Amino acid sequence: MSVEGSAAEAIRRLEAMLLVRAYEEKLAELQRAGAPGTCASVGQEACAVGVAGALEARDRILTNHRSAGHLIARGADPGRLVAEVLGRVDGYCGGRSGSLHISAKALGVVLTSTIVGGELSMAPGVALAQKMGHGEPGGIVAVFFGDGAACEGIFHESLNLAVQWQLPLLFVCENNDWQAFVHRRETMPGNAIAAWAAGHGLPVATVDGNDVEAVHEAARDAVAAIRADGRPRFLELATYRLRGHFEPDDQAYVDADELARWQARDPLQIQAGRLLAQGALDAGELAQLRERAAARIVAAVTFAQASAWPDPRTLTRHVYAEQGARP
Amino acid sequence: MTRMTIEQAIHQALAEEMLRDERVILMGEGVATKRRDLVQDFGAARVRNTPLAEAVIAGTAVGAAASGLRPVVDLLFAPFLAYAMDALVNSAGKLRYLSGGQFDFPLVAMSMTGSGWCVGAQHNHNLEAMFAHAPGLKVVMPSTAADCKGLLKAAIRDDDPVLFFSDLALLHQEGDVPDTADHLVPLGQAAVRRMGNDVTLVGYAKTVEVCLQAAAQLQAQGIAAEVIDLRTLKPLDEATLLNSLRKTGRLVVVTEASGLCGLAAELAALAATRAFDALRAPVVRLTGPDAPAASSWVLEQAALPSVEAVVQAVRGMLAEAAAGREALAAS
Repeated sequence: MSVEGSAAEAIRRLEAMLLVRAYEEKLAELQRAGAPGTCASVGQEACAVGVAGALEARDRILTNHRSAGHLIARGADPGRLVAEVLGRVDGYCGGRSGSLHISAKALGVVLTSTIVGGELSMAPGVALAQKMGHGEPGGIVAVFFGDGAACEGIFHESLNLAVQWQLPLLFVCENNDWQAFVHRRETMPGNAIAAWAAGHGLPVATVDGNDVEAVHEAARDAVAAIRADGRPRFLELATYRLRGHFEPDDQAYVDADELARWQARDPLQIQAGRLLAQGALDAGELAQLRERAAARIVAAVTFAQASAWPDPRTLTRHVYAEQGARP
Repeated sequence: MTRMTIEQAIHQALAEEMLRDERVILMGEGVATKRRDLVQDFGAARVRNTPLAEAVIAGTAVGAAASGLRPVVDLLFAPFLAYAMDALVNSAGKLRYLSGGQFDFPLVAMSMTGSGWCVGAQHNHNLEAMFAHAPGLKVVMPSTAADCKGLLKAAIRDDDPVLFFSDLALLHQEGDVPDTADHLVPLGQAAVRRMGNDVTLVGYAKTVEVCLQAAAQLQAQGIAAEVIDLRTLKPLDEATLLNSLRKTGRLVVVTEASGLCGLAAELAALAATRAFDALRAPVVRLTGPDAPAASSWVLEQAALPSVEAVVQAVRGMLAEAAAGREALAAS
């Protein structure tokens, strides 16, 4: 690939991260004005964008409550995402999900669970169906979870089964140091999830989760390896949750020095700084990218707020299959 | 018709559905070990032994079901479902709804429960009502070999997640099973096992036989009991129950499961809210106690509603009615 081509891709990755950030910050703002709260992925944009960029349309992902980055990186329309958060009909799930369990089958974002570890329980089944010919030919499955989910027993069950059954599954652990309101150092003796994963006998890699280029490269290698041999891989992304667990959250329980250290390693600044240093981008162009992202989110909110509320008469629709018997 | 045990009927249903639809796969602790013929006929990819890890067995079924397969998982004993609760209740039961109908979850989770094997409460717990309470799930618990086959086949073909409970005490019981591969028993249909005008006895799984034996004794005493086998606990066949109740005016519900918040409570509520005008006596619930199942044969059997208890309950209902008539005549 040409240097120019790769710079263009790096700029697109920055753009995607700016869009995720603008989206999350706008939702926090909406929350302060009375909208439902969200689990923001601020600080973890490089994880979502780096991995999603290494996947193809034929691949599927499972995600969790902190999913906006994954969805947007996967090409989700921010307008339909905001509509979902606001509980409107134009949301990806018709307003039934809200922010916490958004899935978008057409984008290959399947079976989002907000039960920590729920996505890990379902991922082997999606990968098994893929392996047995139900999915796009050559497709693989990626599952996003955090260090909190790694402390659930299902983490080990899921890894064990994926290795034993040789499933085409990429485990992506965003180790963001926070498990709801508890720091990871209080919940596990080490700081590496990959060490646990390695015990299950699959190849693992750990990279800086705040460097989107590093994430992208590692994910690309892992995806290529899975496509080649159909076996699972494990990727740990060392990152940090810059906002609270759930909006609003004053983060009074967060060590200020630690937070400041990670704010100084903001994934957007790292990528922007690199592109500026390389001369691939100038300050004016960067400002334009920021403005474009902000404008898209403003338009998304306008679209979402104009979207209708669901008809209360549809309350019990979609509980059971349409043609099936009903209780 | 072929005479076979419930265990054989279940196996036949699995074999027929796997033959009919290659999307049907079987997973669980020992399914490939115990059902060698299915491995031989359909291949190891479709008949999979699993680790002893119910949470991920059930979760895998959920993921596979949403991705084009039609998994049947054997989770062995019903209390083990506690480990599978997240996948079944939070994922299979909710993600169709939460996703706005984007995904189907055509899966069957099989398990066994009930007294008869002296296995104690961690292998014997009639917790079927817990799943009836969870939205998005369907629940069946048949009593005959023909129904086990027909309902399991219907459950496998259903696009919603179905909990299929087998009664341990009935597994080796024989019955006549239709030979046709199209023998289906639709979910949501109760069966009237015996007609009668004086009282409605309702049971499912092993308590259907308790009701039938009680009905036979009552007949000798000139009382005609109608016996309904629920077969499917959810969706509940309200019409069959209400029709019977409008005829008899008396309801006795007999379950092995404990009473509080169970199917017996639900049926009593149904009678009170939808057929109050037809009731000629208070509803009687004969259920297991609010106690874990003991292992000792004597204690295990003591937890079961007995034939005598059903007969006595019905006689009590009718005696009160007779006493009421006499009092009215005397006044």
